[in-house]
Amino acid sequence: MSIEISAKSITPIRLSYGNLIERFGDKRPPSRYQEAAYDVQPTANFHYRPLWDKNHEIYDTSRTAIVMEDWYSFADPRQYYYGTYTIARSKQQEVAEHNYAFVDKRDLLEELPDDIKQSVRDILIPLRHIEWGANMNNCQIDCMGYGSTICSVAMFNAMDRLGMAQYITRIGLLLDGNETTTLDAAKKDWMEGPQWQGLRHAVEDMFVLEDWFELMVAQNFVLDGLLFPLFWDRFERKLSKNGGGTIAMLTEFMPQWYSETVRWTNALAKVTAAESKENKELLSTWLNKWVSRLCEAIEPVAVEAFGPEGTSELAEVKEELLARLGKQGLTI
Amino acid sequence: MTTKKKNTAFLIVQDNEDARPIIEAVEQDNPGVNIQYEPGMVRMERAASLIVKRETVEVLKGCEWDVQELHLVLISLAGNVDEDDEKFELSWG
Amino acid sequence: MAAKKLNMRKRYELLTRGIGWETSYQKMDDVFPYDTFEGIKITDWDKWEDPFRLTMDAYWKFQAEKEKKLYAIIDSFAQNNGQTNLADASYLSAIKLFITGVTPLEYAAHHGFAHLGRHFRGEGARVACQMQAIDELRHAQTQIHTISHYNKHFTGLHDPFYQSDRVWYLSVPKSFGEDALSAGPFEFITSISFAFEYVLTNLLFVPFMSGAAYNGDMATTTFGFSAQSDESRHMTLGLEIIKFMLEQHEDNLPIIQGWIDKHFWRAYRVLALVSAMQDYMLTNTPMSWKEAWDIYFVENGGALFEDLGRYGLKMPKHHELATAEAEHLSHQVWSVFCALGNATGFHTFEPSDEKMDWLSEKYPNTFDKYYRPRFEHWKKQKEDGTFEYLASLPQLCQVCQIPMIFTEVKTDPMQLSFRNTKFKGDNYHFCSDGCKDIFENEPEKYVQAWLPVHQIFQGNCGGATIPEVLKWYKFEPEDGGDYFDSQDFRRWQEWHGKDEPAKTGSDN
Repeated sequence: MSIEISAKSITPIRLSYGNLIERFGDKRPPSRYQEAAYDVQPTANFHYRPLWDKNHEIYDTSRTAIVMEDWYSFADPRQYYYGTYTIARSKQQEVAEHNYAFVDKRDLLEELPDDIKQSVRDILIPLRHIEWGANMNNCQIDCMGYGSTICSVAMFNAMDRLGMAQYITRIGLLLDGNETTTLDAAKKDWMEGPQWQGLRHAVEDMFVLEDWFELMVAQNFVLDGLLFPLFWDRFERKLSKNGGGTIAMLTEFMPQWYSETVRWTNALAKVTAAESKENKELLSTWLNKWVSRLCEAIEPVAVEAFGPEGTSELAEVKEELLARLGKQGLTI
Repeated sequence: MTTKKKNTAFLIVQDNEDARPIIEAVEQDNPGVNIQYEPGMVRMERAASLIVKRETVEVLKGCEWDVQELHLVLISLAGNVDEDDEKFELSWG
Repeated sequence: MAAKKLNMRKRYELLTRGIGWETSYQKMDDVFPYDTFEGIKITDWDKWEDPFRLTMDAYWKFQAEKEKKLYAIIDSFAQNNGQTNLADASYLSAIKLFITGVTPLEYAAHHGFAHLGRHFRGEGARVACQMQAIDELRHAQTQIHTISHYNKHFTGLHDPFYQSDRVWYLSVPKSFGEDALSAGPFEFITSISFAFEYVLTNLLFVPFMSGAAYNGDMATTTFGFSAQSDESRHMTLGLEIIKFMLEQHEDNLPIIQGWIDKHFWRAYRVLALVSAMQDYMLTNTPMSWKEAWDIYFVENGGALFEDLGRYGLKMPKHHELATAEAEHLSHQVWSVFCALGNATGFHTFEPSDEKMDWLSEKYPNTFDKYYRPRFEHWKKQKEDGTFEYLASLPQLCQVCQIPMIFTEVKTDPMQLSFRNTKFKGDNYHFCSDGCKDIFENEPEKYVQAWLPVHQIFQGNCGGATIPEVLKWYKFEPEDGGDYFDSQDFRRWQEWHGKDEPAKTGSDN
């Protein structure tokens, strides 16, 4: 027997908010992503100039040299609004929580060969400071950027980076039975170790960049595009090959996060470069500057991580990055 | 303020199943607490301080309860917050 | 090695402190260029303690759970045509004012807290601000999603963000948000977290959400209650930051007192719109503005300032006037909306007989004496067909941007309150001593205000006639005017099988 469900139908007077009808027509209702992300930011009739930046309005397109006819040309391919974002992360978080508890309960890090433990301490733990820097930089992109699609992506990204900094911190604590020896040593390396100074210098220079889109290129396109494949993929695999597979259980979040995140950085790179010759040139200049600066900065850490092969590992990662960005229209 | 009276600490939570053991725990652990059921929400208030104890909630729920789960039903509060693994406390100094 | 157990406090500290560092390739003052110019002295940022110790993993977990519950209800509300279960379609005026007036403020708060989340020097304070920044984004988005269904069935909800930048009465909340955003980070957090969230937010959300529940609006009740759990964290942040600043240095006290005086009054004036919403737009009203003011400001706010008295902090300046105004506020604001009801994006209407009786009961000293005759007169005029909307544009207060409608409630409630001051040869007008004080403390700031009425006169708003301006606002012809002449009313009658449009109005 079939059941027929009939609902009382009431004809709507419109299918969507006006801004979305203008953008996408009124053939079908817009997605929740479109409702949440488009045109939320004020664009006109600002009342007061910021006391902290009298040269700009509160929201101002001139905080970057990039020029867009429509700052809403970019759309997040993941279609994240707050709900879909937190639900996606909570699923990843649940897996991570399970893995951390499992490793902790069975003292699995205890079983690791000493040289693997040392590699984790030397290479992976200091990366928490880089994640913290990435958190600050994405907050900066959010608060200086333009358009609620780009800014909300930056906000989600900022929180992701805080989350990853906290996961790395937990690995450090697990290594030491909740003592901070490893964390303290990693901080000392980050502050003083010669192999890390190029990177720290570069990150600190990013903190004072005036153009938020240059910061986007430096942090989210280039630094992440080099670091994540190099350390959270290639170096992880090296550790696993040498008996450090347990570590991969604790860092699963990072490569997963990165492969998801390149979707929107690709989309943003593509739409921005396609806008104009001037944008394309600007992006190339920034790309050039930060690829060479950051490759140089990462090299000593790469060598520490991989030995003499570090240089070629880094070169391969760089080629992959340039090839990927090349497909989006960004060239050196 | 012309008359001096004891300041009220309050906690307002949603009126749903998740909040039940919390409301009951508050009732048990806070002598003199005033509990009012309003549309969709429950207001618990008491002079000077009000406490939610993990242990009491766990006994009433019959399972583990993390104090931070309070966030899932919380609507409003008044008082200085002191939260740790064992309790969530509101008080006026 | 047996791991020592970490308690919540210690764990949180390890996961949020020591990750940042003292920069050396760039000067700290260049990395954090905005947190000193206001004169607030912070000697030790590590003294900052976050009362809710949420790490990101816990944040994702709890917030995702809240979101799943919320969207399940929003979906079912739409599937079941939940809008037909409201007490009355006139209730929608409150939702229209909410999405055009309040939702843009949520995004403004997001933006401001992202700014603080990057630019406060202390790690702990930054993390707390970032969490609030992403929460505020949540609130803007969940409000858009919840109200989306109403937008499909009612007028006046179609372009909230565009209108927020332009419409005359929406410059009241917009200019408040931008006042805070354009200030330094410490003033911003004092304004939004303390004056607005801690001292006054209960006046917006608790009665409003209870109001939604009273009027069969399950969707709004749900998003409101869901947002309130974040709001409780935000309020607590507001209290903590005030205590932190006061404890850091004694020189901070006069600066903070000045900001509290200013932003209390600024936020209170924004809430004047809420008072009208509460007493007049809600069909069934769980509590009057005056009752809410007494509980949430006089009682709870009094307790708060008594507690903060140990730091030398006093009740905000002009708070007695705000309390005296509580018996008049909603009536005066609703009157001006009714008088200009052809230029609003929501419907206006005179209160029903039952509503008038309720108002008499709740406002025994003022309603029958000053305001009932006015509404009865307009009602009669509408019956006779002689009613006309105000033909002229009102003068706006230079600071709060509300028309000059407030009166001398302490001496002569029929006498308009009117203040003015000269600055660089120009004359500026204010609705109250509170707004005048604010202007005189920072005239360079407030002369910049984008006053909608001035802008209309200067020809910046689509034209010189009301229809041209309304078109520029993207107000559609059916958005404003009297509720009983509206498309919303006709559709409501159809849904409920009443062919004969009867003036049922609101009842309590």
